[in-house]
Order: sequence, then C-alpha cells, then structure tokens
Amino acid sequence: MAEFVSMGGYGFYIWGSYLVTALLMVVEVILVRRRRQKLLTRLARISARNSQESSERKS
Amino acid sequence: MALNLFKLSSPASFYPFAGRLIPWFVVLTVLLTVAGLYLGFVVAPTDYKQGEAYRIMFVHVPAAWMSMFIYVVMAVYAGLALVMNTRLSTMMATALAPTGAMFTFIALWTGAFWGKPMWGAWWVWDARLTSELILLFLYIGYMSLYAAIDDPRRAARASGLLVLVGVVNVPVIYFSVKWWNTLHQGASVSFGQAPEMAATMLMAMLIMSLAFWMYTIAIVLMRVRCEILERERQSEWVQEAIARERGNG
Amino acid sequence: MMTTGPLTAMFCLLRRELILAGRRVSDVLTTLFFFVIIVSLFPLGVSPESETLRTIAPGVVWVAALLASMLALARLFDEDYRDGSLEQMLLAPQPLALLVLGKVLAHWLLTGAPLVLISPLLGLQFGLSAADLKVLVIALLLGTPSLSLIGSIGAALTLGLRGGGVLVSLLILPLYVPVLIFGAGAVEAAASGLGADAHISLLAAILIIAFCCVPWVTAAALRISLD
Repeated sequence: MAEFVSMGGYGFYIWGSYLVTALLMVVEVILVRRRRQKLLTRLARISARNSQESSERKS
Repeated sequence: MALNLFKLSSPASFYPFAGRLIPWFVVLTVLLTVAGLYLGFVVAPTDYKQGEAYRIMFVHVPAAWMSMFIYVVMAVYAGLALVMNTRLSTMMATALAPTGAMFTFIALWTGAFWGKPMWGAWWVWDARLTSELILLFLYIGYMSLYAAIDDPRRAARASGLLVLVGVVNVPVIYFSVKWWNTLHQGASVSFGQAPEMAATMLMAMLIMSLAFWMYTIAIVLMRVRCEILERERQSEWVQEAIARERGNG
Repeated sequence: MMTTGPLTAMFCLLRRELILAGRRVSDVLTTLFFFVIIVSLFPLGVSPESETLRTIAPGVVWVAALLASMLALARLFDEDYRDGSLEQMLLAPQPLALLVLGKVLAHWLLTGAPLVLISPLLGLQFGLSAADLKVLVIALLLGTPSLSLIGSIGAALTLGLRGGGVLVSLLILPLYVPVLIFGAGAVEAAASGLGADAHISLLAAILIIAFCCVPWVTAAALRISLD
C-alpha cells in the first residue's frame, strides 16, 4: 500500500493533482445543490405569500 | 417517448426531462471514473521514461479536452440563441461556463503538477499551457460580463456575442502562441510529444474523458434547471414544480 | 429628399469626432502621456543597463500601446450613449457598421496615431537602432488600428455598465494576444536579423480581417446593448 501511495516517488504530484480535481468537482456539485435548495425555499416563500395575498384580496 | 426536439426547447418541458436524465448521467460518471482510474493506476504499466508521473495525464488531458470542447459547445448554444432567440439555449450557454472554467483551471493545475517532476518548473511557457491560460481568461471574461449586466436578456445576448467572438479567436490565439513558442524555443521547454501510449494507457485516458463528459452533462443539467427556475419564476408551472418538489423534497 | 450616402455619413461622423476631440485636447494628450509614462517606468523598474533595455524594448512599447488604447476605449461610445446621440446613430438610415467604422477610425486617429508618432522617441530611449525603430513604427502602424477595432467590440458590449472600464480589459486583452505577439515579435525578429516580414504581413492580415468583420460585430453589440 505504501508503495502505491509513494507512486515511485512522484506521489505528491500525482495525488496533488488528483485530489484537487476531485475536490473541485465535489465542491462544484455541492455549490449547485445548495443554490438549488436556496432557490426552492425562496420561490416557495414567494409563492406562499402570493397565494396568501390573493386569498386576502378574494375575502 | 417521442423525443420531439421542438417541444423540448421550451423550458417548461425541458425542466422535468432534464430532471429524469440527471441520475443516469451521475451513475455513468461514477462507473466510468472507477473504470478509468482502475485501468490507469492498476493495469497501465510504468512508463520507462517518466516512471509513474505520467499517470497525471489521465486527468490532465481529459480536462484540457473538456475545457476546449465546452467552450465550443457554449459558442454553438450562443449562436443558436442569437439566431433562433430561444431562451433555453442562452441558459445552457450560461450553465456551461463555470464547468468549463473549472476544467481549464484543472488542466492548468495538473499541467503544472506534471511539469514540476518532469521538467523541474511549475510553469512552463509551453504553447498549449499558455493557450489554456488565455482560454481561462476568456471564460472569466464571459462570466464577468454576464454577471455585470442586470437585465438577463441583454446579459445573455451580450455574453453570447462575446463567446462567438472568442471562439473565432481561439485558433488564432493558439496559432500565434505556438508561433511565439517555437520562436523562443531555447527559452522554454515544451512538453513535446505525449509519451508513447501503451494500449491500456490510451484506453484509460479515453474512459476518463468519457467520465468527464458524463460529469459535465450531469452538472450542467443541474445548473440549467436552476437557471430555468430563476428565469421562469413568474410562470405558474414553476409554482406547481416547486409545490411538487417541496412535497417530496 | 436623397438620404446622404453611407460613406459621406461616415466621414462627416469622423469629422464630428475630430472636432469634438479638438475642443478637449486634454483627452487626447492624457492617453499619449499615459503611454510615455508607462514606457519610461520600465527602465526604473527593470534596469537602466542598455543591453536588457534593448531586449525588453519591443515588449514594453507594445504592452504600453495595448494599455493606452484600451484605456481610451471608454471614450469611444460612452459620451454618445449618455447624451443620446448613439441612439440617433442606431436609427440612422445609413448602415450602422459604417458609422461604427467612422467612430473607430476617429478613435484610432486620436489615440493610435499619436502612439505611432511618438514611439521612435521612446525607442531611442531604449537604445533601439534606426532599422529596429523603422520596423517598430511599421508594426505599430499596422497593429494599433486592429487594437482600436477589436477594442470597439468590448466598448460596445460593456456600454453603460458600472465598472465598465475594468470589465473591458478583462474581455478584450485575451483577444489582443495575437496582435501583441506579432507586433513585439516583429521588432525582435528585426533586431535579431531574422527579418520581420512574416510578422508584418501577419499583422496586416489581422488588420484586414478585423477591418472587414469587426464593424458588423460591434454594430450587433451596440444593438444588443441599446435595444
């Protein structure tokens, strides 16, 4: 296992690049999901308020 | 399922369609990545010249390809948007940009990490790396122009025009940088040819490229769904979508 | 009533720009002094020793020309946009691309041409020989118009945006790279005896392509920004 990690002495460079690649891709997914959640809550709140206003106007 | 392309161009019908597609692409991404890494690290032999360092190629080359490919796809969508004025294609172009910029950065980062052990320098003014850097500036220019304009319609059309101008310039930039690099050949070390490819090395790299491709489609579909929700929030189909989403969300 | 021909409209717009600039000469001079100051900063920053100055001279002059012409881009459309005359141009019967060409030509005459005229002086400051200076002037003469042309796209796209000045540089500098490489390369090739014909012809090619295509792109960009 140690030999695999050391990668013939180039371990730092190989895992350095793979780690950053994986990290960036995961971060990007998290960012998009968080953006989606915030968007849904905001739109839900807006639509709730709209329906609440329209019901007041009707009564 | 009649894949009627025209019907799909309306955001309302594209939104659920994209939603159904995303899981498939996520599964494909994971499978291909695992296969690619297994091939790349376990099966592929040690390169006699570069030892193990060449394995960075399995990430560096696909990322570089994707960064160039995404920019061209953005230009196609921008062209479609300017010609046919479809809202969805501008959203696709905008959704593609961050992923393209990320892949360009990954290509530069892994290029530097590959150059350090092989040529002793973090940054080599090689023609391809330099053009990749300029491509990153083009992406940043696109995204900052889109962010600087408040009215979404003008923002989409202006950045669409910019990416069209950019895509025409990319070959000219690459040619001039290559010309500049060969003129100063003495000053900088260029990457030279990719190492002779054993079959498994090539296979691993192609599989990783496919994996990056699937990843791009999945992430861009997710982001374009956010764009659609933001853009179409007044329309009532969005209200139902939210209600359904919140229901089982 | 016969509407004025497109070319006469272009030249009268050019004349208008020159008259306007004539009234405020300081604008023209600021770009010129900016160019001179930037170039003379480099010996202070790098080293006064003539050998290094001679090698960095083409690059320094060209980067300074790039920055100066980009700085002056803000003046291209902004005033007309603010006082509404840009809208009149859009509504004019003459093709907008030609009117844009007139404005870009005026912009070049006011910013590019002075740079070309003063560059031999700065070249001497860097110890360039007479032959290199000749190549420098020719290269700048061919390069600065395409800088103004390509820059007009950025100016049109970022019309009326807050922070537009910085944004233009972000959009346009990558597109300036070929002109910079061939321009600076021309002088360097001449200095090293390789001969600069290849670079000069490439610069001319870029200029011709830009001259033919860019006005339409800028017109489209103006329509997008102003619709």
